[in-house]
Amino acid sequence: MILYDYILSPSCYKVRLLASLLGVKLELRAVDFHPGREHKGDELLALNPAGSIPILVDGEDVLTESAAILSYIAAKHGQNWLATSDAGEVGAQQQWLSFSHRLTSALGGARLVEMLHFPGDLAALQEAGIAALRELEAALFARRLTGQTFLVGDRITIADIACFPYVALAPDGSVSLDPYASIRIWMRAIRAQPRFIEMPGIHRLHELAPDPLAGDA
Amino acid sequence: MSDQAMRDAWFPVGLLSGLTRAGTASMLMGEDITVGLDDTGAPSVDCGGRKLPTVERFGHLWTSLGAPEKDLFTIPEADHPERTLVDVGVVRVKCSPLRAVENFLDIAHFPFVHTDILGEEDHPEVNNYKVEVRKDEDEVWATKVEFYQPQAAASAGGGIITEYMYRVPAPTCSVLYKTCPPRPGEWDVICLFVQPLTEELCDVWPWMALFDDTSTITDLIHFQQLIFLQDRSILENQIPKKLPLDPALETPTRADLTSVAYRRWLKRHDYTYGAQLVAE
Repeated sequence: MILYDYILSPSCYKVRLLASLLGVKLELRAVDFHPGREHKGDELLALNPAGSIPILVDGEDVLTESAAILSYIAAKHGQNWLATSDAGEVGAQQQWLSFSHRLTSALGGARLVEMLHFPGDLAALQEAGIAALRELEAALFARRLTGQTFLVGDRITIADIACFPYVALAPDGSVSLDPYASIRIWMRAIRAQPRFIEMPGIHRLHELAPDPLAGDA
Repeated sequence: MSDQAMRDAWFPVGLLSGLTRAGTASMLMGEDITVGLDDTGAPSVDCGGRKLPTVERFGHLWTSLGAPEKDLFTIPEADHPERTLVDVGVVRVKCSPLRAVENFLDIAHFPFVHTDILGEEDHPEVNNYKVEVRKDEDEVWATKVEFYQPQAAASAGGGIITEYMYRVPAPTCSVLYKTCPPRPGEWDVICLFVQPLTEELCDVWPWMALFDDTSTITDLIHFQQLIFLQDRSILENQIPKKLPLDPALETPTRADLTSVAYRRWLKRHDYTYGAQLVAE
């Protein structure tokens, strides 16, 4: 599987993170997103007319939506990271995968404005991001009252991976995570997973655990 | 406190490759500026109708709000024709421009912030090194800095003892010379050029001149962005926001010699925009 990747892209990180958690090896192809805007160049537009990354190429299969890529990798290599056939789980998984796009446009948008000089209405993006965080906080709090840590079912799933990166990087867009206790506990539970990997701005739990990718370099 | 000394210094304000006739709105030390190309296609910086002096060097456009006495510094090593010159691109950081430079000069954080890349948690020791202010150039230099690094550069195959030299030739610029894995005897040149937008907000323009025949430009950019963005989240959480220049405020250790020299040098030159002079 080839991943068209950018080290600072939270959406690309979702894919790298899930692959690492499942022990799946990806072939990474670095895309010069900033400052080169290579994702808007002819070669990548031919692969993905939407002009976005990540792009996953696996033989004949080409996927360009991060939620689709997560579903694809889990279906191939980690069925227990998907909802069961239970209607409640299927609905909740789909709900959170769609919700993750709100996080991307709001918190991710604020991050691009604040960090990489992208155009955008910062105040409006931050306001939409805070509304999404409050919704997530309320949902995770309700889950905790029923003894659950993660968003869907009784285990970590792709729903958590889809929502985690843009939430964790909210401070990059000057949106504080201090008010959200349930979100912080949930993030710690994700960071505590075996074979968790970090990205700039999302740190590992510093317990002297070896980097699972260190041997692959 | 006067900002005149820093107003007379040179600052990076954009990539030469990114200048447009339409111009880009930016800021320098709290003043609005427009960075772009004039009618003749020459780089230009406008500040409220006033045309600022410019220098084109190291892939970037440089300007000053005042009247610089000295030409912008040079990096003779970077002129070698076989070097790959890398425009890493801008990153905005909500921190003092002086803090961004000071962090770049620090080695002791490598094992904890750049874990398994520039340092390892079980190799945190910083050995003795040499720090001086070179009188003729009036620059801060740290030399004989050695550190064990698991992946010192995109081109490094595995862990090596890396030797560093740090140089501060301007109040918001630092040049790092480090062991060049594919070419022993030469130094890789990695620069941090910082544009002070306000005292607590800056645009950082990393730039590199490397010997690397195997990595792609994109790989080199990503390696440097990876490192710098690991620093960014730390920089934005430092307290106080401004760089303290009052010696009563912090207790440095031997590993902080470069930082101590940098702070003293800033204070002596009145380079205090982004600094906190008295403990609050």
